[in-house]
Amino acid sequence: MWTLLRLELFKIFRRPRTYIPFGAIAAMILIIQLGLKFDGRSYLELMMSSLSDSFLIPYNMIMNGYLVAFVILNTLLIQVPLLVALVAGDIIAGEANMGTLRSLVIRPVSRTRLLLVKFYASVIYTVALLVWMALLALLLSMLLFGTNDMMIARNTVMEQIRSSDVLWRYFAAFGYATVALSTVAALAFLLSVFADNSIGPIVSTISIVIVLTILSEMRIPLYDNTVKPWLFTSHMLAWKGFFYSRSDGQGAAIPGTVENLPAILRSLGVLLLYIVGFVTAAIVSFKKKDILS
Amino acid sequence: MSPIVQVDGLTKIFKEQEAVNGLSFTVYPADIYGFLGQNGAGKSTTLRMLLTLIAPTAGEIRMFGMDLRTHRRDILRRVGAVIERPDLYKYLTAWENLSLFARMSGLRPDRRLLQDQLELVGLAERAHSKVGTFSQGMKQRLGIATALVHDPDLVILDEPTNGLDPQGIADIRNLILHLSHHRQKTVIVSSHLLSEMELIAGRMLIIDRGKKITEGRVDELFNPAETIVELETSNAEDTAEKLSQSGWQANLRERRGGKFLLKMDKADIPVLTRDLVALGIGVLAVQPRHSLEDYFLTLTTANQHVDTFTA
Repeated sequence: MWTLLRLELFKIFRRPRTYIPFGAIAAMILIIQLGLKFDGRSYLELMMSSLSDSFLIPYNMIMNGYLVAFVILNTLLIQVPLLVALVAGDIIAGEANMGTLRSLVIRPVSRTRLLLVKFYASVIYTVALLVWMALLALLLSMLLFGTNDMMIARNTVMEQIRSSDVLWRYFAAFGYATVALSTVAALAFLLSVFADNSIGPIVSTISIVIVLTILSEMRIPLYDNTVKPWLFTSHMLAWKGFFYSRSDGQGAAIPGTVENLPAILRSLGVLLLYIVGFVTAAIVSFKKKDILS
Repeated sequence: MSPIVQVDGLTKIFKEQEAVNGLSFTVYPADIYGFLGQNGAGKSTTLRMLLTLIAPTAGEIRMFGMDLRTHRRDILRRVGAVIERPDLYKYLTAWENLSLFARMSGLRPDRRLLQDQLELVGLAERAHSKVGTFSQGMKQRLGIATALVHDPDLVILDEPTNGLDPQGIADIRNLILHLSHHRQKTVIVSSHLLSEMELIAGRMLIIDRGKKITEGRVDELFNPAETIVELETSNAEDTAEKLSQSGWQANLRERRGGKFLLKMDKADIPVLTRDLVALGIGVLAVQPRHSLEDYFLTLTTANQHVDTFTA
């Protein structure tokens, strides 16, 4: 299994197109960092306009590496699934298109193992993208903007997380994002089984994610308790929960706590169920599939 | 001698279309087994079923004495194949492709093995070039090297000379003969060209519209006593009259416009020529053709007409 996985990763990371999402992420992050570096105060004033009447906002203190990373994650974790789909959607359909799928299937390896290895490789690719994103969004922002307590605006409330209580939240958030993005990878992977050309699964995955995200964000009471809780897109942004602490009697955040951990774990469970479902469906379909490409 | 491949009643139906219909054949060790049929006859579908790319609708495949359904991995470990065009990663080098497919087959290839394989197919000097820069012939040869890298007992090549220039065709033909004669490999090779099969195959199966037309040893199928001779003369009417009065009337099978087809032993052609001259017939051409070739051409021609009308 390990040899097959290494071969799969070798193939992925030898393809020039693999690095396009890395470049795209770097470009987007640098653009945001540059903008905030030179005009961060205007951005904060705009974002906190509803709070500025009630509080005297210390903009210089707020604008630090942790907040910038949070802003970047808020912006990018909606777009990154689309980048993940580029590779995961290509992983089987691309081989079918090149004709190499035939050469793989006639080797003495079971189709289930072949498929699992390909899925693990797409998850590793997703992790690599997130590590890259973490390095640029968090570490580079810390270097460029320095560190301080993190202020999070939530409805009409400002929450303060102590500087020493921030990093673990980022690690947890990135860990959660890995599962969330792996769900998208699993969907693209499933669709990839049915196609002989990678454009179909990539576009289908992106379309599904967009439609379901819109549905998840819409405030229609009919869907709130019936459809939304079961859409994987409703749970993809639950990583934000790691930045909401429980508060003590005076409204101060308690370090090391998360306000609603069960909700995060429930969302995590839903995503994992989706992953298992998508991958199982992919394996069942692939085992029955006639390779005609 | 126990067979390497034994196929019995193999059938594949795609939705409503019957691609292969009750096909049975046997391949013996160290043989070059020709699989002949026109495009769309069911050759590739059959070979894909042998390689588990396509699941049969009915029938049984046994290879190396094992059932393909229950011993897939054990069987595929002993099989190497190139189906239709060679399937390679264009962004990797020849060396990397070969190494990758060797590992996929469970090998840990060393430099010597990879070098030998590339030398066998004449690509040692381009080992570190990206496959995307290769010609069709080079890709085909590298494809064959990836099929051979794990030293299989059975090699399956589907239309290996397709799209190659005459030199490329000759190279592949020599390689196939080398594999059989010097490495004792059993080779199944498909083609739509009878002339190709005649040059390399020991035994042959002719398939049309998914059904077996005939199977046997090539030297028996190409029996010289069953040669069709195509005769073209300067005056067809005069020839017809003179032939009808001669002893050759019994050999006359068909008249196609100005041409006459006679079935005879190949060794009797000089006698025929001498008699024709003696009868005062102006001979323009005497062309021997195997009855099998004639039969195959009839099949091909018939379907070409169908293609023309349905295109």
